[in-house]
Amino acid sequence: MQIKFTHHQSAHCENGVVSNLMKHNGFDVSEPMVFGIGSGLLFCYIPFLMVNHAPAITYRAMPGFIFKRFAKRVGIKIKREKFKNPKDAKARLDENLENNNPVGLQVGVYNLVYFPDEYRFHFNAHNLVVYGKEGDHYLISDPVMEDVTTLTDKELEKVRFAKGAFAPKGHIYYPTNFPKVLALEKAIIKGIKHTCKEMLAPMPVVGVNGIRKIAKLIRKWPKKKGNKVANHYLGQIVRMQEEIGTGGGGFRYIYAAFLQESSQILKNERLLQMSKEMTEIGDLWRNFALDASRIYKNRAAKSEGYNDVAAQLEVIADKEEAFFKKLKKAI
Amino acid sequence: MKKSEVPQDKSNLESKSFKELCYAVDENGNYTTAQSTGWTPKTIALDNAIEDINERVETAKQSVLNGQTSPIEYYMELHKMDLNILASYADMWKWRVKRHFKPKVFKRLSKRVLQKYADIFEISVAQLKDITHAN
Repeated sequence: MQIKFTHHQSAHCENGVVSNLMKHNGFDVSEPMVFGIGSGLLFCYIPFLMVNHAPAITYRAMPGFIFKRFAKRVGIKIKREKFKNPKDAKARLDENLENNNPVGLQVGVYNLVYFPDEYRFHFNAHNLVVYGKEGDHYLISDPVMEDVTTLTDKELEKVRFAKGAFAPKGHIYYPTNFPKVLALEKAIIKGIKHTCKEMLAPMPVVGVNGIRKIAKLIRKWPKKKGNKVANHYLGQIVRMQEEIGTGGGGFRYIYAAFLQESSQILKNERLLQMSKEMTEIGDLWRNFALDASRIYKNRAAKSEGYNDVAAQLEVIADKEEAFFKKLKKAI
Repeated sequence: MKKSEVPQDKSNLESKSFKELCYAVDENGNYTTAQSTGWTPKTIALDNAIEDINERVETAKQSVLNGQTSPIEYYMELHKMDLNILASYADMWKWRVKRHFKPKVFKRLSKRVLQKYADIFEISVAQLKDITHAN
């Protein structure tokens, strides 16, 4: 059985799933739109948490938040369920497929067989759509993939019940109720305001302050942790920034695309200018990654330049602070 | 980033002919998407991370062969896990899993517990007991 579902490749999994499910239901909502309305853009350093033996930082909102906020702001209803028992989880999935309803699933990446081995880490907040079943193969539309693919019964159960941080517990979700027309204008303004608030939050680890905090840490790492560990940490920052699903530049380009689209919907010229500025900030993030890579390229060798990349981050923090203050006023 | 600047470097994505989507600006200054085969700074970071894991696996292997730790730690590293993740899969407290790293304790583990670990790592109990059987 197969539901007629059109797969569109996207940069980021959660936006992609939402955008694809919306398109399936007759609403043409682009990936950047979902990302912007859902206030996906963020910077946050999470103290005390280690991921792959390095400090955890993130460039986007918590898994699930983007869809939740998007749904609330445009007025759609979503049904979500988690399961203790894999059998119940499978039954609910099959039931939906029989009702011709493609669903979103949260899964772990480690056992996703179609991913390149090097990308298979214990990361549990990946999202994909299941749109049918043929024999014991489920038909999968994974938004970061170019094309659709399949997973067997067993393979799907494994990724749905991956363990560790953010364990998906068979998490299944799909939109149930739609308004007649999506009220994008109001939703966009809400989304932008929320992002400005978060990026300018007066807290030491969130938003622009978080970027400054990381810059400070980078300066300390070589002395405190030794070159090898410092290089590993620096590499992790770049990996998080440029991981599959960021669309490049730590999500800054997707956000710029969102601002451009919004400027047309809201007929606001200033947003177009802001979009250009965000693109420039995205370029700065990429320059930072490029210079950081020159440091960690030679893993164990004594490396200079930590102060340089830290200074670059401080410049980015200043620019983003000015940017979001301006953006707040532009809407 | 301009569309013409979307990086097309060689990367690990190649093994599954995978291309990722990037957002970039076209000649008229409008946002569009383009596929990228990878970017070297990112590839280096990833390669380093993998080299790091391989080192951890090798260290764990030597520790097992020297009788300093149990094979469970070796398989944990081999599967890119850490204690948190393994404890979560095993449905046990972290301290209990850590205790099972002691070769003396490992030797006395019940069949049921051994089978649990073997299932997590998708190997037989015989392979779990003797890492030279692995692969």
